[in-house]
Amino acid sequence: MIEIQNLHKYFDVHHVLKGIDLTVEKGEVLSIIGSSGSGKSTLLYCINGLEAIQQGEVIVDGVSVHDKGADLNRIRQNLGMVFQQWNSFPHLTALENVALAPRIVKKLSKAESLAIAEQQLKHVGLADKLDAYPSSLSGGQQQRLAISRALAMEPEYMLFDEATSALDPELVGEVLETMRMLAEEGMTMICVTHEMGFARDVSDRVAYFHDGVMEEIGTPDQIFGTPVSQHTQKFLANVR
Amino acid sequence: MDYNFHWRPVFNKLPDLLEAGLLTLEVSLLSMVIGTVLGLLLALAKLSPLKPARWFAITWIELARNTPALFQLFFFGFGLGAFGWHLSPFLIVLVGLSFNNAGYLAENFRGGFQAVPENQYRAARSLGMTAFQATTRIVIPQVFKIVYHPMTNQMVWAVLMSSLAMMVGYRELAGETQFLASKTFRIFEYFLAAAVIYYVIVKIILGLSRLLAWRLFRYE
Repeated sequence: MIEIQNLHKYFDVHHVLKGIDLTVEKGEVLSIIGSSGSGKSTLLYCINGLEAIQQGEVIVDGVSVHDKGADLNRIRQNLGMVFQQWNSFPHLTALENVALAPRIVKKLSKAESLAIAEQQLKHVGLADKLDAYPSSLSGGQQQRLAISRALAMEPEYMLFDEATSALDPELVGEVLETMRMLAEEGMTMICVTHEMGFARDVSDRVAYFHDGVMEEIGTPDQIFGTPVSQHTQKFLANVR
Repeated sequence: MDYNFHWRPVFNKLPDLLEAGLLTLEVSLLSMVIGTVLGLLLALAKLSPLKPARWFAITWIELARNTPALFQLFFFGFGLGAFGWHLSPFLIVLVGLSFNNAGYLAENFRGGFQAVPENQYRAARSLGMTAFQATTRIVIPQVFKIVYHPMTNQMVWAVLMSSLAMMVGYRELAGETQFLASKTFRIFEYFLAAAVIYYVIVKIILGLSRLLAWRLFRYE
C-alpha cells in the first residue's frame, strides 16, 4: 500500500504540490489526469524519492520513503518507474538493458539475470529484439523495453509518467496494450496520463490534479460522468 | 642551394632514434592515463557544488589551457627546483604533460557529462542502482563515447608536445635527435628523420583509435 499524507513540494518558491493526501491499495490501478504543470508528474518523483519533499510523508508498505534513514535503493526496487522519455540505455542491448539492474542491484548471477531479462522482454513482445541496440528500436519498442526493464526488478508497484506522451501517434497503442496487460495481471499501477480512454477503461480510480491540488478522485464513471469540481468539468470539456 | 645531404650518420643511428621514439610513446601514453584520471576528477570537481573543489579545478584548467606547455614543463623542472624539489628529466616531462592533458581533458569530460541527459541517471536510480553504480555503469560509458575522439586528439597532441622534453634534457625522440644532430652537425637530416618517425607514430595512433572505435561503438 502507498500512503501519501499532506505532501508539500516546492521548487524554490514555486509551490507545486499543496498538501496531497492519497492512498493506493495493492492491486489498484490509479490514473492521474490534469493539465501540464498541475504537479502530477512531480508526485510520482516524490513517491520513489527522486525528488525531495518539504512537508508530509510518503509511506510504501509501512516504510517512510523520505525518512533520513530510509534505504531508497531498496525501496525503489519495489517501485518500477517508466518515464515519458523512455530512457533506454543506448550503450546496452535490449537484453543487457533489462538484465543489468537484477545483476548489480539484486546481485543475481549472470545466467539468472539474463533469464529474467529474456522472460520480461518476451512478456512485452520484444522476444525478437534481445540483441538489438535501442537506436534500432522504434519509440514504442523502446518504451516497452523500459517497461520490461522495470518489471525485471519484480516490483509490486509501477509508476508511469506520461508513458505515451512522447510517442508518435501510431505507436501509442502498443504501449497502452502493454500497460493494459499489466493491469489485467493485477499489477498495482499509478499512471500519470493524457490518454482519457485508457484512464476510463483500465483504472479503478481516477484523480484529477489542478495547480498542485488533488481536486477530485473517484471511479472513472464518477470523474468522467459526473465530475463535481468546476476545474474537472472544464478540463474534460477541453480534452474531449 | 649547396647543402649536401649526408644520410649515412642518420641510418647508423636509426636504432637509437627508434628506441627514443618508444620513450616518446611511453611518456605520452603514461601522461594520458594519468591525465585521464585527473581530468575526470577535475571535471567532477568543477561540476560539484563544493566551492573550494570548484575553484581548485578552475584554476588548474585555466593554467593548463591558457599558458604555454613549455612554461608548464619549466615550472615542474626549474620552478620546483628553486624550492629544492628536483625531479628527474623524465618526471618533469611526465608531470608537465599530465598536468596539461588533465586540464584539456577535464573540459572535454565536463562537456560530456553535461551532454548525457539527466534522466539517464534518474532512470538508473529508479531501478535501485546506487549513485556510484548509476554513474559508472550508465553515465560514464556514454560520456566516454562523447569524449573518445577529443581524447584521441589529445593523445596525438601529447605525442607532439612531448618533443618539448628536449628543453629539459630528456632524451626521447626530440631530445635524442638534438643530441645526435649536435654531435654530427647533420641537423637537417636528423630532424627530418625524426619528423617522419613522429608522423608514423601519430598515424598509428589514429589508425588504432579508429579500429577501437569501430569495435566499441557498434551500438550507433
